[in-house]
Amino acid sequence: MSSVTDPAPPATTGGRPLAERTSATPKQLQEWLRQMLLIREFEIRTMQAYQDKKIGGFCHIYIGQEAVAVGCTAAVQHADPIITAYRDHGHALARGMDPKYCMAEMFGRIGGCAKGKGGSMHMFDKPNNLFGGHGIVGAQTPLGTGLAFAKKYQDEVIEGGVNKHVTLCFLGDGALNQGGFYEAMNLASLFDIPVIFVVENNGYSMGTSIERGTSMSHRIIAKGEGCGLAGYEIEGMDVITVYEEMKKVADIARAESRPAMVDLRTYRFKGHSMSDPRKYRTRDEEEQWESGDPITRLRDAMIGGGLIDEEGFKDLNKAQKIAVREAITWAENSPEPDASELYTDVYVEKFGPYIGTSMPQIVTDAEGSR
Amino acid sequence: MSERIIEFRDALREAMSQEMRRDPRVFLLGEEVAEYDGAYKVSRGMLEEFGPRRIIDTPISESGFAGLAIGAAMLGLRPIVEFMSWSFSLVAADPILNNAPKMLYMSGGQFGCPIVIRGNDGAGGQLGSTHSWCVEGMFSNVPGLKMAIPAFPDDAKGMLATAIRDDDPVFFLESERLLAMKGHVPEGDYYVPFGKAVVRRPGTDVTLVSFGRPVHFCLDAAEELAKEGISCEVIDGRTIRPLDIDTIVKSVKKTNGCVVVDQSWSFGSPGSEVAAQVHAHCFDDLDNHVMRVHSADVPSPYAANLEQEYLPNARRIAEAVRSALYVA
Ligand SMILES: Cc1ncc(C[n+]2csc(CCOP(=O)(O)OP(=O)(O)O)c2C)c(N)n1
Ligand SMILES: [Mg+2]
Repeated sequence: MSSVTDPAPPATTGGRPLAERTSATPKQLQEWLRQMLLIREFEIRTMQAYQDKKIGGFCHIYIGQEAVAVGCTAAVQHADPIITAYRDHGHALARGMDPKYCMAEMFGRIGGCAKGKGGSMHMFDKPNNLFGGHGIVGAQTPLGTGLAFAKKYQDEVIEGGVNKHVTLCFLGDGALNQGGFYEAMNLASLFDIPVIFVVENNGYSMGTSIERGTSMSHRIIAKGEGCGLAGYEIEGMDVITVYEEMKKVADIARAESRPAMVDLRTYRFKGHSMSDPRKYRTRDEEEQWESGDPITRLRDAMIGGGLIDEEGFKDLNKAQKIAVREAITWAENSPEPDASELYTDVYVEKFGPYIGTSMPQIVTDAEGSR
Repeated sequence: MSERIIEFRDALREAMSQEMRRDPRVFLLGEEVAEYDGAYKVSRGMLEEFGPRRIIDTPISESGFAGLAIGAAMLGLRPIVEFMSWSFSLVAADPILNNAPKMLYMSGGQFGCPIVIRGNDGAGGQLGSTHSWCVEGMFSNVPGLKMAIPAFPDDAKGMLATAIRDDDPVFFLESERLLAMKGHVPEGDYYVPFGKAVVRRPGTDVTLVSFGRPVHFCLDAAEELAKEGISCEVIDGRTIRPLDIDTIVKSVKKTNGCVVVDQSWSFGSPGSEVAAQVHAHCFDDLDNHVMRVHSADVPSPYAANLEQEYLPNARRIAEAVRSALYVA
């Protein structure tokens, strides 16, 4: 497996016929292509909207890593929980969040997936079993263990063992250096919790290359092995590979109720956030990775396999552009949250314990809706 | 003295660089402080001058490197820890709250902890609930630490230099929203003593007390209120621990009114502490009870309109002043 700073992503997909490379149906492949195109277009428009100041705060773009969210999500069931960090738009869309809700969230509108209260870094989608977007590096790793713990508890203690679930917990390579992650891995191993820690190893945490910030960077799965986790290294720029390999990992974790750690080698094509000049890496390195663009790779494989032609690809891409344009219009037309929303959702009871003489004016004004 | 105008962030760097030139025990560590020049360019160029032994890039391991720095301080070094944001200090809560401020006490005076922990504090840029912490509310509760929160570039330099020379742990709270602010900053050695509040605007009708960025909200509100014939005296507290209650009391005895503006949450905060102390010292001087303006008592929202409403903005301050003065 190639090291991350010496990127040599194979531009070809192996030359073998598609049918030999994957068990996925043509319909599935088409869907992955659609999702990756949707994410790509969504992120391009997100960057524009950020520059137009329609989106505020910190905003992290997923371009380049599409095969990871799409391939991993496809490898598990919809009922299997997913949790991730702040670079979360791709996971939300791959999980099935309507792009309208995702965009409106970043516009800070009431139609957003969290009523505009969370923003880009905090995408939550209960119907799609997406348990966030988490802004603090590593924060999601103990939570991911907890989700998997709860699923197992439900499956075995409450429902009598008919179902088995796995949880996907994504983290960046930078999160490898948070202490909480080690506690999470140890607990998962000790309690036989089926959580898969998927490290989206894009080689950098902000301006720090993995070699500069992480010991054992050439073999990070050793960190999981220290806790007894099965470790896997997977090439992350090819969605078919991600799917096929992750399917095996997930099937084992599900069957054996054991945690695992996956080193998924990928690359973010853009800066860390919207304000990053990327001086810490060379244009040469970027171009090498860009030549292994996950969308191009799937497209070429599908064209080679006769599953789509240039025309069909263009149509599919156009449809995603339309969907994203509609999402933006929808987000723009969604109203700002009412001022009284400041005080809702703090506690389960509407306006919670804001009682008596200490009641904020906004709440008093909105009393009618209590 | 020359009227040199520089940015707040440059003033911070100048304090660190001058102290590092003076004292080889001082070093800086944190995420992206060296090769990236600091996430907010506060440490720009420092790697070049001081080298990688003294300007140290760390992994995203706040608990680890804060603890490391505290150990180094026990042994006599004088670390400056940069948290990209105080919001990220929470994963290092144990070392910074359970170790640094208590070391001297627990060791019966044997081991002090001369450390400066600094970084961005406060909401205001739509960063949402996890990234908008105003830690002054929570951390000022802890004895053994000092807390400084400059509002102007000259104070940024003078207070940080004082912090680095201080023999106790200093929590130094900067505002990302102020880093680009320009102002006159003295060249050469410049130290602003802790525990000395300053009157930023003299007035006669009411005393506004604040710390850090909201001092500017107070000055805006005072400007507005002046048009209505209300004269506000604005006090910049500068340090929360030690708290210069004397300067505040002197002002309140003159104006007979007090509004405290504090960007942290209201419950158990610097604002409630100031209010309690003013009530104790000025009970007979007050024409009304002390009013407080805080961030709303909710997690910081992302949406721009909600965040504006959330902050202790000039409009909310003006309302509190009118209310304190019984002006309908
Ligand atoms: C505890 C904590 N420290 C620092 C930060 C600031 N920060 C946000 S993202 C980031 C880099 C993370 O890199 P990585 O985990 O590799 O994820 P990537 O951005 O590559 O997706 C840092 C330092 C944070 N959010 N939380
Ligand atoms: Mg990374």
